[in-house]
Parts: sequence; structure tokens; C-alpha cells
Amino acid sequence: MENKLSYFGEVREALKTLSIGLKTTIKEFFTSKSTEQYPENRKTTLHIAKRHRGRLVFKRDENENYKCVACLMCEKACPNGTIRIMHEMITDPETGKKKRQLIDYEYDLGDCMFCELCVNACNFDAIEFTNDFENAVFDRSRLILHLDKEVYRGGSLPEVIEGGANWEIGTFNTGTKTK
Amino acid sequence: MFDFSIVAKWFDNLLRVTCGLGDFWVILIECVLVGLAILLAYALLAIVLIFMERKVCAYFQCRIGPVRVGWWGTLQVLADVLKMLVKEIFVVDKADKLLYYLAPFLVIVASVGTFSFLPWNKGAEILDFNVGIFLVTAISSIGVVGIFIAGWASNNKYSVLSAMRGAVQMISYELSLGLCIISAVILTGTMQISGIVEAQTGPWQWLIFQGHIPAVLAFIVFCVAGNAEANRGPFDLAEAESELTAGYHTEYSGMGFGFYYLAEYLNLFVVSGLAATVFLGGWAPINIGIEGFDTVMNYIPGILWFLGKTFFVVFLLMWIRWTFPRLRVDQILNLEWKFLMPLSLIILVLMTICVAFNWTFTIV
Repeated sequence: MENKLSYFGEVREALKTLSIGLKTTIKEFFTSKSTEQYPENRKTTLHIAKRHRGRLVFKRDENENYKCVACLMCEKACPNGTIRIMHEMITDPETGKKKRQLIDYEYDLGDCMFCELCVNACNFDAIEFTNDFENAVFDRSRLILHLDKEVYRGGSLPEVIEGGANWEIGTFNTGTKTK
Repeated sequence: MFDFSIVAKWFDNLLRVTCGLGDFWVILIECVLVGLAILLAYALLAIVLIFMERKVCAYFQCRIGPVRVGWWGTLQVLADVLKMLVKEIFVVDKADKLLYYLAPFLVIVASVGTFSFLPWNKGAEILDFNVGIFLVTAISSIGVVGIFIAGWASNNKYSVLSAMRGAVQMISYELSLGLCIISAVILTGTMQISGIVEAQTGPWQWLIFQGHIPAVLAFIVFCVAGNAEANRGPFDLAEAESELTAGYHTEYSGMGFGFYYLAEYLNLFVVSGLAATVFLGGWAPINIGIEGFDTVMNYIPGILWFLGKTFFVVFLLMWIRWTFPRLRVDQILNLEWKFLMPLSLIILVLMTICVAFNWTFTIV
């Protein structure tokens, strides 16, 4: 870039641009801050988008029955081998038809990369991701979950399952008190 | 205005007359007490400054900074200091041991030395020579030696590079720093710090008002050069993290590193304090020539005025630091030798003309 300025032109340009920079930062100094104070706001202003993929759960109806038929589609779709399904063939004693039955649906949260391919692959609308993100444990073995054995009722923060506190796009829930 | 020398004289009398001690003991006790006071103030101010830096930096970056340790994060720095104290001081294998251990002390000596020249209140100047301001610039140069030795002794290419940069930069910028101070000396006619402050008491007598155009220019140049002198802001190329890992203190751990950290912030305070002393009137309250207003202002203790002004300048320097990106070496030298140096020489001439023709701003 050939942009030769005279000595005083350079000074003038420098002063101009420097003052623009200072003006910008001092404006930033007085705008409200964007930090959300997480552990303090867990029960008050915390907002987690409903579509956020925190962990996999079984969808259950009002009688807490799941819809999984052990078709293994999710296990095949998973690129990480996160899901391992144990099943057996049983014969219905009335009709005599053979049918698969789920014994164990093992989901390793520690291996999951939250790509949602398993949910897309499911033909029975049996699994979904929830926004329950507080998944820290002290031992990896505790991340291995058996989805058919547990009845998921919202993890550590049940009130955030539907998104939590109100929040508008482009703003930050910076306070720790409920308005 | 409260004169602190009343307290000092009373204490001196207490030791000499009431306790009947000889010269040696009186001076010893007084020196130890004053030394303790300086070091205590030094450590406390360092903590305050580091906390302020973190908060101000955070606010400029749209964060809220430390909030967890203590109320609003106030104990964070204390926790950091404790962490630093318990860390092992680790010497590099092929370092020059003597210089390696010596360097942090030189830096801290320069910093404490200049620190003790600051006028805290009327009659509370700790070191007050007739060549005071001149001696400040002399002592602050020891810091350059410390930084240079640290880089050399570490036996680390990054440290040496950083030391070279630091030396080049600090030696260059000392020129305009000194010239700005000299223009203030021309205006006040004294080098003694108490005299410089004394010349600024009275209505509209702060040098920045008294010396109008050249003084304002000198104040700006002083801030820029001081920022460079303290190795901060856009001039922190001696510790450019992205290029030199940490700079001259790469190989230091524990309190060795802690001393550099302390010295950096205290140099910031010293530079701001000098700017406040020389141009903004030190402990002199703002007087506007209206009786009532002036009396009220005079009731505010001098130390509050001094700290208020100093922290105002500190904020200015932090604002600059967190706004501008780091300069290159050639840009830094360009700025000093092609722009600031000529400017400060012009300021010097302007100031001399103003003083010679009595064009200074005074209400008598």
C-alpha cells in the first residue's frame, strides 16, 4: 500500500484514529457487561435453549412406557459407537409371532459427540436430546447410562428443561436475581 | 491545609526530648519506621493496582472480571500473592546465578526508590532533595539495568531479545520524559518536589493551567513516554506474550517473577504519581479563586487529592493500554525519535518563551 503522508499529515491521521479507538473503548466501558454468572444464576436467570443437546434420553408417555423396539438403527447410525443395545427374540404366546425385545440400552455419554444422528435415524420417535448440561461426574464409568432403566425427570435442573428463564436474542441474562 | 510535618516534628521531639535518645537512635528509629511505611504502602498499592487493572481491563472487554474470591473479587489478588509466595524459585541450569538473583532486586530497588519521592501530603514528602525530580529520573534508570540483566542472565533467547527491546525502548523514552519534566522545572523554577507542588497551590495554579498550551502538550507527552517507561500499554513489546513467551522474566518463578510483577504496577503508579505531581498539582487542592469553594476544597486532606489525581492518571493509562494494539520496535523508535523528541524540544522552547515573557496563567 503506497500511502505516503506528510509528517504533519501523519500526526493528524494518528491523532484522529487513536481518538476513535479511545472513544470506542470508553463506550464499551460503560455498556452493561455480557458475563452470565453461571453457578449463581442456576435457579434464577439461567437460560438454556431447548434445542441444546445436553444428553440423550428416552421419550416416555404418561405411563412411563418407552417406544424403543430395539431396531438398532441408532446404534448403526452412531459414528462413535456410543450406543450399545442388547436385545432378545421372544415369541408372543398368543399370536406365536416372534418379536424383538429390549434388554439393555446402553448410552456412553463420555463418548457421545452430540451429532443427533441417532435421533434422526430413529423411526419410532423413541429418543431425543434434552438440554440438561450438568453432566460432570468424578468417574467415567458413571457416564455410562442405561436409558431404559432410568426414568428421566429433568436431571439436576428440572426447571430448565423447557428453556429456563426468559431470554431475548441479542441480550444477556447477566443478573443473578429473578426479575 | 493540614501540614504533616507537625506530626513528624512532634514524633521527633517525642524521641529526642521525652525519651532522651541520641542522634543515632532517633535517626535509626525514624528511618526504620519510614521504611516500613513505604514498603507497606508499596505492597498495598500494588494489590490495589493489580485489582484495579483486572477490573478495568475486564470492563473494557465487556466482562466483569474477578467476582468469586471475596466480595466482588476483592480477595483475588491476595490469593494470587499467596500462591506466588509458596511457589518454588527455580533457577535455570546454565543461568548466570549471581546476575539471575540480582536482577529482580535492581528492578524493585528502582521502583521503591522512585516511589519514595512521591509527595503524599503537605510536609509528607519522604525524600525531598533540592534536585529531587532529577534524581527520580536517575533512579528509575536502574530499572533498565535490572531488566537487561534479567534477560541476559536467564540464558534464554527470548529473554535476551526482550531485554534488548526493553533497554532500547526505556532509554529512548527517558529523553522525552526528562524533557517534559524540565519544562515543568522551568515553569516552577525549582527541582525540589515539595517546591514544585508548593508552586501549584492557589487559584488555577496547577501547572497544566498555569502553563496552558505547552503544559498540556507536555502532560500528554509525559503520559505517552511514561507509559513506555513503565513497559505497559501499546509499548509492552518487552513482554510481548505472543512473540517472546513472557519476555525478560520468562525464566523466573515464584517471588522472582512476583517482583517484576510488583515493579511493573508500581512503576505505573510512580509514573502516574509524577504526572499528577508535576502537572496536576500533587496534593494541592483545586482552587478557583472563590473564597467559599476554596475553603471547602482545602478541607479535603492532601493525600486524598494526591491519590485521586494519581488514580485518575492510572485510569487514563489503563484506558490507553486496553485500547491500542502493541507497536513494533521500529514503530516505537519512530514515535520517540521522529515525533515525541522534537515535540518535547518544541515544548521546552515554548515553555521558556512563556516564562521569559511572563505569559503564564496566574491570578494573584
